[in-house]
Amino acid sequence: MTAILFLLPIALLLGAAGLGAFMWALKSGQFDDPEGSAARILLDDDLEDEERKS
Amino acid sequence: MTAAVAETQVGCPSGLEPPADGVSVDPAPYVRRANGLARLDLAVFGAKCAGCIRKIESAMNALPEMQSARLNLSTGRLSLVWKDGAFAPKEISDRLDSIGYRAAPFDPEKVEKESDREGRGLLRSLAVAGFATANVMLLSVSVWAGGGEMGPATRELMHWVSAMIAVPAALYAGRPFFSSALRALKAGHANMDVPISLAVVLALSMSLFEFFKGGPHTYFDAAVMLLFFLLIGRYLDHRLRLRARAAARDLLALQAATSSRLNADGTLTSVAARDIAPGDRLLLAPGDRAPVDSVIEEGASSLDMSLVSGESAPVRAGEGALLYSGVLNLTSKLVVRAVKSADASLVADLTRLIEAGEQSKSRYIRLADKAASLYVPVVHSLALATFLGWLFIGDIGLRASVMNAVAVLIITCPCALGLAAPAVQVVATGRLFRSGVLVKSGDALERLAEVDAVVFDKTGTLTYGKPRLANREEISDDVLKAAASLARVSRHPLARAIVAEAGPGQPAPDAIETAGAGVEGTVGGAPARLGRAAWVGAPEDNGDDAQETWLKLGDAAPVRFRFEDRLREDARETVEKLEKLGLEVEMLSGDRKAAAASIAERLGIRAWRAELQPQDKIARLDALKEKGVRVAMVGDGLNDAPSLAGAHASFSPGTAADASQAAADYVYQGDGLAPIAETVVVARAARRRMIENFAFAALYNACAVPLAALGHVTPLIAAVAMSGSSIIVTLNALRLSAGGRRK
Repeated sequence: MTAILFLLPIALLLGAAGLGAFMWALKSGQFDDPEGSAARILLDDDLEDEERKS
Repeated sequence: MTAAVAETQVGCPSGLEPPADGVSVDPAPYVRRANGLARLDLAVFGAKCAGCIRKIESAMNALPEMQSARLNLSTGRLSLVWKDGAFAPKEISDRLDSIGYRAAPFDPEKVEKESDREGRGLLRSLAVAGFATANVMLLSVSVWAGGGEMGPATRELMHWVSAMIAVPAALYAGRPFFSSALRALKAGHANMDVPISLAVVLALSMSLFEFFKGGPHTYFDAAVMLLFFLLIGRYLDHRLRLRARAAARDLLALQAATSSRLNADGTLTSVAARDIAPGDRLLLAPGDRAPVDSVIEEGASSLDMSLVSGESAPVRAGEGALLYSGVLNLTSKLVVRAVKSADASLVADLTRLIEAGEQSKSRYIRLADKAASLYVPVVHSLALATFLGWLFIGDIGLRASVMNAVAVLIITCPCALGLAAPAVQVVATGRLFRSGVLVKSGDALERLAEVDAVVFDKTGTLTYGKPRLANREEISDDVLKAAASLARVSRHPLARAIVAEAGPGQPAPDAIETAGAGVEGTVGGAPARLGRAAWVGAPEDNGDDAQETWLKLGDAAPVRFRFEDRLREDARETVEKLEKLGLEVEMLSGDRKAAAASIAERLGIRAWRAELQPQDKIARLDALKEKGVRVAMVGDGLNDAPSLAGAHASFSPGTAADASQAAADYVYQGDGLAPIAETVVVARAARRRMIENFAFAALYNACAVPLAALGHVTPLIAAVAMSGSSIIVTLNALRLSAGGRRK
């Protein structure tokens, strides 16, 4: 039964990490412009810039 | 026709969206300045794809000292930050114009509050409730499954951890419900949130009490799971409302127009419409809208009066003519004198009419609220009866009586009720979205399902509202191709019609447009002109008043292109379909009687009225309303916006004026009217599903309440029953989606 003494905190910690990640994503504007983010992966302007620099 | 538009050199490169009509205004009065930086937010119309983002952002970044330019494709909002004084703000709108997008500045005071704070709060609560539900369930299941084997000490540890998670999580995630319930109680009535809050608070406190007493049953999982399910419903509902509000944003942008004031010394100042005083002299360039009601002082021009009459055929006006606000100047420069302030002008009047219509709509009582008003007193008296019954008749003591009463409250808690309506609405709007119909509010579906009659506007709704080439057979392919190569550089509606007829192709390389005259350039080595009769050198009077344009190619005789507004292909079919659905069909038009009569006859519409002003249309809707007829209005013009807002339900095509789209409940895409009939069918099906869901919730309660009242409900049964009913309700809602798959 001592197993649950560390299994419980681990389970809770993993859950809390997920929750924290979601809260961070929400706060940092990851959900502000879903359509735009989906479209932006098609743009390669930034790639050309980096290639030119290197 | 979209393919043809894609080939023109302006607007969305994917061809998903035609280039926006109209011309951008000077955003100068809306620039905010701080710390040497200038900021500006613009609503950009016509942006649809990745290509648009690149096109717009690179055009903006090419401006000197531009620090950041970012387009939010979901909201259509372009945020700009640059070093103040590096360039005139007019440059921004000019550049957007030249690449084919129209921009309207936001009035920051009006839109600042728009940021979705409520939605984020709900999402955060939902995340916390989800986290707590998953973890508390983990602990609870082990308690239920452990049963006999688990020692009291382990069980207590499980309960202790559950309490540590559930109590703070429920207090945090329950805030939307608690505050709403408190507000309702303070106002002296009960809403759905009162029993929800009561159940959550009672479940928590009873579980804590049991936990301290060392009892075997706690309801921590029930409290957080309840919140989790309800928050899902609440968030779905909120998303639908948010979409409706985003549409209203376009209307605000429309009001934030600016214009050029002609000062006494002959200089020009850009002013916001709200700052124009009666007596100010304003310069209206071709493409400008009159910002306030005004009188022409100098010049004569063709005007687009569609705002007032709904008819798009241009009207000639000269000195002394009255211009209502929103009238579009088409051909030549005008100097006008303002006679009213922006607040007293026609656009403001329309806005007020729209607001009045929307208020009357917000008084609509939704099905879910009706269910709640029945539900609350019944459940509370049942719980009270259980408590009193056990206490005085059952005689099992205070603690057990409270336990049973709380079990009643928890098991009847409106999980299924909270999901019943939003789940159906989300599935129905998703299905309609796939068919090209945008639903802007959840209760729009309920309202449309009750409608008895459909009223159509004529121009732009039953007809295309756009000129189409009428004499294609008189024009040879080569001539049409030559005309199209010139027309591609122009955004004039007649030029667009030629391009649409000709299909994809390249513009003439040296084509130049002269405002108010036409386009000239070289086609196939010969000089060519496309435009007004006089400019091209063609006879001016041809015995009819059709819209026309002329092409002069080299030395050949000028060729006449005649245009007319055409009936939509499936208009008759749609009218028949609607009548088959048991709806009365009526047509209201601002057009002349003869034109309206011929269209009504071709469509088989018996009830029609012509020569109506916007107020007349509202009066007609009110008259129908008084007779007890619930009306769905279909219209596209800015002048239709108030009647769209006032009708029981309303449609507007995706090509409609911004304000009409903002005022309508449904916006449908594409050239046909077929989506209207389909939407009616889906709305009726959605209403049926909702009623089924409520009936199921009632049935479920009828079975569960006796069990709970008799004290047979354990936390395990409560959890299974609660999630089971929620899943069944959601599955029933999903049935709606099955009929709509097209791809």
